[in-house]
Amino acid sequence: MSEYGVLLVSHVSEIVEGLTALLKEVASDVSITSAGGTDDGGIGSSFDKVQAAVEANQSGKILAFYDLGSSKMNLEMVKEVTDKEITLFDTAFIESAYTASALLQAGVPIEEIKKQLEPLKIK
Amino acid sequence: MLTVESTIKWLNLFSEKVEKNKDYLSELDQAIGDGDHGANMARGVAAMNEALSNKSFDSIQDVLKTAAMALLSKIGGASGPLYGSALIAMAKQAGEDRSDLASIIQAGSDGIQKRGKAEPGDKTMVDVWVPVVNALKNNKLSADIIKKAVQDTEPLKAKKGRASYLGDRSIGHIDPGSMSSGYLFETLIEGDTL
Repeated sequence: MSEYGVLLVSHVSEIVEGLTALLKEVASDVSITSAGGTDDGGIGSSFDKVQAAVEANQSGKILAFYDLGSSKMNLEMVKEVTDKEITLFDTAFIESAYTASALLQAGVPIEEIKKQLEPLKIK
Repeated sequence: MLTVESTIKWLNLFSEKVEKNKDYLSELDQAIGDGDHGANMARGVAAMNEALSNKSFDSIQDVLKTAAMALLSKIGGASGPLYGSALIAMAKQAGEDRSDLASIIQAGSDGIQKRGKAEPGDKTMVDVWVPVVNALKNNKLSADIIKKAVQDTEPLKAKKGRASYLGDRSIGHIDPGSMSSGYLFETLIEGDTL
């Protein structure tokens, strides 16, 4: 597994499931975990699910990508309580998660990956 | 003044009010958001109610923190981390000085702003929390002040949250988060907590 893992957070479970399938195609050695929807399977975001996805990630350092506002807020709250190092990206969700995963798989250094994500910042 | 009993009473009154008005909250949210604020808040306060009735508390911090964790994990929308952050910050401030309600609510307001990055005028619950803090500091909090703060979100254009994606079309609707925060402060008065 790579030093950095990838975390995906969305309001909809199918969105992160689909995105995970897309990313695994190019990043089989990157630990990718996700949290989608609310605890009861509805649309929304869940602190508990985000926390579980952080703990389930096999890497101690995590690059996190999200869709809309409350996914970010829950990510920030989990970031405050976890021992893992989480870097949050305010970037285009699919494009940046794909870019990061592909580059991690290729062994590109983290500073270079962050540089490549910069133009994808949209929020 | 806040005590363990008055804080629990306040939060229980808030739960009742949210439950009673959940359809109205969702209606407000349908106009400019994703339509689930009432259902989300009702789920959150139900979990909070249960958490508060299932154990005994020896401090206000403990009450507020327990309420915060229930709201944070059960609301399921942006209001979860926002109300959760508010109550966690209030718990911390209550630990410093429980006699100063204005400072406790101020801490909650700061917690919300830190979490959601909204400023007054962005058409969010901050537009209710900030005037309420100001009124409390001057010993002037009243139902009218709360009502006016909620109503004043109607002409605003949303700059944060789901409504911000609507741009000018967010104008002319009351902000749902401001309404639910209005309930929180109305019940603060109704519970004789002031």
